[in-house]
Amino acid sequence: MAVKVVIPTPLRQFAGKQDSIEISAGTVAEALSGLTNQYSELRRHLFTDEGKLRSFVNVYLNDEDIRYLENDQTPLKDNDVISIVPSIAGGRPAPSFCR
Amino acid sequence: MATTTTATATGPGQLSKEEILRYSRHLIMPEVGMDGQQKLKQAKVLTIGAGGLGSPLALYLAAAGVGRLGMVDFDVVDFTNLQRQIIHGTDDVGRLKLDSAKDTIRDINPNVEVVGYGERLTSANALEIFKDYDVIADGTDNFPTRYLVNDACVLLGKPNAYGSIFRFEGQISVFDASRGPCYRCLYPEPPPPGLVPSCAEGGVLGVLPGIVGCFQALETIKLILGNGSPLIGRLLLFDALQMKFRELKLRKNPECPICGTNPTIKELIDYEEFCGIRGEEAVSQIAVPELTATEVKKMMDEKKPFVLIDVREPHEYQICKIPGSKLIPLGEVARRMHELNSADEIVVHCRSGQRSAEAVEFLMKAGFGKIHNLKGGVLAWSDEVDPTMPKY
Repeated sequence: MAVKVVIPTPLRQFAGKQDSIEISAGTVAEALSGLTNQYSELRRHLFTDEGKLRSFVNVYLNDEDIRYLENDQTPLKDNDVISIVPSIAGGRPAPSFCR
Repeated sequence: MATTTTATATGPGQLSKEEILRYSRHLIMPEVGMDGQQKLKQAKVLTIGAGGLGSPLALYLAAAGVGRLGMVDFDVVDFTNLQRQIIHGTDDVGRLKLDSAKDTIRDINPNVEVVGYGERLTSANALEIFKDYDVIADGTDNFPTRYLVNDACVLLGKPNAYGSIFRFEGQISVFDASRGPCYRCLYPEPPPPGLVPSCAEGGVLGVLPGIVGCFQALETIKLILGNGSPLIGRLLLFDALQMKFRELKLRKNPECPICGTNPTIKELIDYEEFCGIRGEEAVSQIAVPELTATEVKKMMDEKKPFVLIDVREPHEYQICKIPGSKLIPLGEVARRMHELNSADEIVVHCRSGQRSAEAVEFLMKAGFGKIHNLKGGVLAWSDEVDPTMPKY
């Protein structure tokens, strides 16, 4: 299925500065692995070392959180939109975050 | 709906003649009217932060006639705030943000009672500060405070008009655990500090907090009026560059540690520790060999041979640069290491000295022995060597 993955601002630098990427995949898991194969730097921002989706990153299929669908096994349809939505804190990185 | 309220301010929420005139554009619309305006006058709203989001929030809530406006902020206005924190002016630089905000609000609407809390919001004071307010509007800029505000709101059963921003992207919602999900349902845990964007990737378009803060003010007013559909259970995403809004569904997580069916968090915790800040501070003080800006200038004056590497981003290099420096952004250091000779004396710098410390640590591991970090970066260069160098 041809789907679109929307990349949030903080992660665009790891995805060739693109705001969305077209990908062909049957499930959410396939779409995300296709994405991280293409942009390997994205992987550590999306997944833990054990391959689990990080708890400050949510993935939506259209307007629904995949946690309330079939998680990463959620099947895709043509023209679906997958959104990666990480938590963002505020106006500027706090000094202790500012590296 | 006819109202028989007289023009004299008597009981609680009664409007004076001056207030009736001031709020006439609210009073003549049925969605607010006299009832709504009186609700606003009796409402108590607490804004966390008097910065980018707090500025439009406080300005519009004050103008709208919210009766009591609490503000938590211990910061001082600086020049870099003025690009977006429009409650403060150039003359306010150096003043406490609370004092500056109070003056602006008094000018906009002297009917508003402003209560300032000039302290850091902590687990020790949050419940005490929050308990007297009807709505909390979270306009902070860091994860520990986000989780603290959420947990305090859940424990006290208060709604949180939430907004956060990054560069040109905003997220807006209303978290009200009594009617829907809380912030922890959305994000159970914060990112580890190492994965948070660095200074080089930070920055924010000044108008963005203006827009997002206005949305927070709007949601706050709707909550007070009890009118319309609040953003409960919905997350609004706003991309200012593309001018695109998207709305996502938020669901209450039955396993949420604070608002779920079996909560494990029953009181406020240590949020710095929860967000891994203590560990990060230890990590960020990477022990690498350092030189002061004065020492580096002396090496230049004495014509000692050394290579000066600037690991900032190209757009930062355009703002200011130390003469003779070569730009290799931090993200490119590994790939472009071959451009450097480990036999050379190398000095690495960035804006404040943190990114360059990382680069020095990396290069030392790669076998570069004669390498130093310029302590304090271009900020120190401006202080110690060249006062004409702009700071940012």
